[in-house]
Amino acid sequence: MNTFFLYYTVVLTVIIFLPLYRVVEGPTIFDRMLGVGAIGTKTMVLILAIGLIFNRLDMFVDITLAYAVLNFIGTIAIAKFLGTEKADQ
Amino acid sequence: MIGNILGTSAVIGGAFFLLVGSLGLIRLPDFYSRNHATGKSDTLGIMLVIFGMMLIEGATLNSAKLFFVLVFVFLTSPTGTHALTNAALRSGLIPWFRKNAGKAD
Repeated sequence: MNTFFLYYTVVLTVIIFLPLYRVVEGPTIFDRMLGVGAIGTKTMVLILAIGLIFNRLDMFVDITLAYAVLNFIGTIAIAKFLGTEKADQ
Repeated sequence: MIGNILGTSAVIGGAFFLLVGSLGLIRLPDFYSRNHATGKSDTLGIMLVIFGMMLIEGATLNSAKLFFVLVFVFLTSPTGTHALTNAALRSGLIPWFRKNAGKAD
């Protein structure tokens, strides 16, 4: 099971690199924030998989919960801030 | 043993949905359709992965914590997507239509 999650982590790292294109290349600021949110969501899964590799899921699941809260608060704050700005097309 | 097999299947299926969400984020034409793709399939993918890890872990305290993470993601991921889309719409980002396909990105 540990070997399976080791390979799973490698595949997940490749999946995480795909939204980075949208963060770098995105036409508007909203696209960049969407890419950052997608990377944060996938990083939660990566942290859980690392916890299953090391057999220390009790510690890593708390880190995952904190990371989920931070990701959500960041997205909400940026959306609240950008809702009053004028977007450049 | 049956929990391991089912959990591994759910984890691999969740990784498939995460991959589809990432591809939609790259390929689709404008912000709203990208948000549609990644908001839905990322939520389903991460919920499948956490459910599979609950099946692998069995009935322990860690499994209960994972269930709380699952409920939290189920509540907050669509909320964040909706807030970002609402901000984009209020700040005047026009959606992509087929008739102005040449002008929009």
